[in-house]
Amino acid sequence: MELLVASAIGIMTAGGLYLVLRLRTFPVILGMSLLTYAVNVFLFASGRLTIGAPPILRDGVEIYTDPLPQALVLTAIVISFGMTAVVVMISLGAFLGSDDDHVDDLLEEEVTSAEGTP
Amino acid sequence: MTHWIIAPIILPALLAPFIVLAARYHIGIQRVFSVVGVLALVAISASLASQVSDGSVLLYQLGDWAAPFGIVVVGDRLSTMMVLLTCVLALFVLLYAIGSGWDNRGRHFHALFQFQLMGILGAFLTGDLFNLFVFFEVLLIASYGLMIHAGGNARLKAGVQYVLFNLIGSTLFLFALGSIYAETGTLNMADLAERVQLIGPEETVGIRVAAVLLLLVFAIKAALVPLHFWLPSSYAEAPAPVAALFAIMTKVGAYSIIRVYTMIFPPDLEVTSGLHDLWLLPAALVSLAIGMIGVLAAKKLDRLVAFSIIGSMGMVLTSIALFTPEGIAAALYYIVHSTLAGATLFLISDLVRTGRDNLDLTPQPPVKGTAITAGLFFAGAIAMAGLPPLSGFLGKLLVLDASYGTDLMVWIWFVVLVSSLISILGFARAGSVIFWKAHSVEGPEDTEHLTTPTTMSYCAVGGLLALLAAHTVFAGQVHGYTTTMAGQLFAPDTYVATVTQTPGKLSKPTKEDH
Repeated sequence: MELLVASAIGIMTAGGLYLVLRLRTFPVILGMSLLTYAVNVFLFASGRLTIGAPPILRDGVEIYTDPLPQALVLTAIVISFGMTAVVVMISLGAFLGSDDDHVDDLLEEEVTSAEGTP
Repeated sequence: MTHWIIAPIILPALLAPFIVLAARYHIGIQRVFSVVGVLALVAISASLASQVSDGSVLLYQLGDWAAPFGIVVVGDRLSTMMVLLTCVLALFVLLYAIGSGWDNRGRHFHALFQFQLMGILGAFLTGDLFNLFVFFEVLLIASYGLMIHAGGNARLKAGVQYVLFNLIGSTLFLFALGSIYAETGTLNMADLAERVQLIGPEETVGIRVAAVLLLLVFAIKAALVPLHFWLPSSYAEAPAPVAALFAIMTKVGAYSIIRVYTMIFPPDLEVTSGLHDLWLLPAALVSLAIGMIGVLAAKKLDRLVAFSIIGSMGMVLTSIALFTPEGIAAALYYIVHSTLAGATLFLISDLVRTGRDNLDLTPQPPVKGTAITAGLFFAGAIAMAGLPPLSGFLGKLLVLDASYGTDLMVWIWFVVLVSSLISILGFARAGSVIFWKAHSVEGPEDTEHLTTPTTMSYCAVGGLLALLAAHTVFAGQVHGYTTTMAGQLFAPDTYVATVTQTPGKLSKPTKEDH
């Protein structure tokens, strides 16, 4: 269980970072989503992994899981979902406006050579 | 328990949807509500600041839940001063946006402006790390909208970079919060201050990772080199009033560093030793140098101002990284100065843009309204470069004085003095190219589309400069106050006790699972 969750977080983070470094908006946004998945699972695991236990604290319940990380993850999911929607809209606007989906600023000679080729 | 402490968050949070829903098509009504709201915020924050000036700590428990379980809003000297600074800055920026017509060049400026204020003020007032994250996101998502206000390809492109960089920062923030929660079982700042001390020396791996990650996140916000790459193009491309408001956003990062690394990870804590002097201080000195070299190298006026913001953040962080009461007091004095000076310069660059086709630093025909604009630029540049008589000079002296006798004193003095010289050269070059060489150039005659900035724009910029002058004249009092503020930061017992011991629901001692 621990190995599974830990390796899932690791693989998603690695994949996300690789995609973020591609410097074109579509892979970068995909990479950002992978990173947010990774961080959500990480937050979830920060309250220790307990299987089949309710997130309730009350008398008589001996085994329970920490409810706070679940609330944190919920907030984080909502925020990252909204942010992804915003970044998709803004990058779509930027792409449609300039017909170029590079994230970084091109050097001046690259701009002129890109304009030269049809 | 006073309820007023929550008002700086609630008021803009209510005004913004009202402006969107009820006054959607009426720019006049939007302007009235926005200005009245900001005026009320200034009044509230001034009264809050005077309430805590005796060293007391204001606490508001949301839903009356006691501290480690519920969410708290806390006001001490530092946070109320930052709130007051934000509100005053917002007032002048708003007046400029209205006077120059920027708010009418796209939609929903005023609603986004209020949401932005809500995020910034919330970040200053919250007493909980997770809520700091939430308010960071609120201020960021509003800033995304403001940043691309009025559209344009260059602006959208810079906006994409800005959004992506900050999204990565937010992800890092969540990783840091997860590690902190896994190690301590709490995210309340006052509770963390107590629990981090209890971690045994052999179990510090997780908390050290978390401390470094948090510092990285705040350094991204504060535009510390090498994490500053988002700042120059986004500040330069953003509409000028928005860029002026953003001058406070880098200070949110500086504020968070001060708050977290004096209270949760204080400088004498063994876990995080070496973080300030080994990493933060050299990086801050490099940002100071790179920012001021950027001022000299910039080809456009708005980029020049953006780099001067990086440089002044380098100065602030140099002073913070000393982590002595004198250093923090000097940094707080400089934070006020650098916010006002940065905002003034961004607004002045827009005054220049109003009377000129572009902001390129090449000789072109005179700017419309040259006389006043040039005078304002002269004063703003003096303030930012740190020449007497304005407050930049005093702030710099305080930083130099605070670093006197430390191990890295030679380096700090060298970098601060040389970079000041470079920035003076940079500003002098920019001013002479734009305002003096203009008269030697024959230009095209079709300048009808260029206008003189309105009186209200000039009033807003003049108001900010008057504040800078007041910051200079009352430097003694202000520095005295920041010194008491630093004293409060380095003795956080009152803060911690107020937060953890104020009774509320669930405050009966229960057996905790950690």
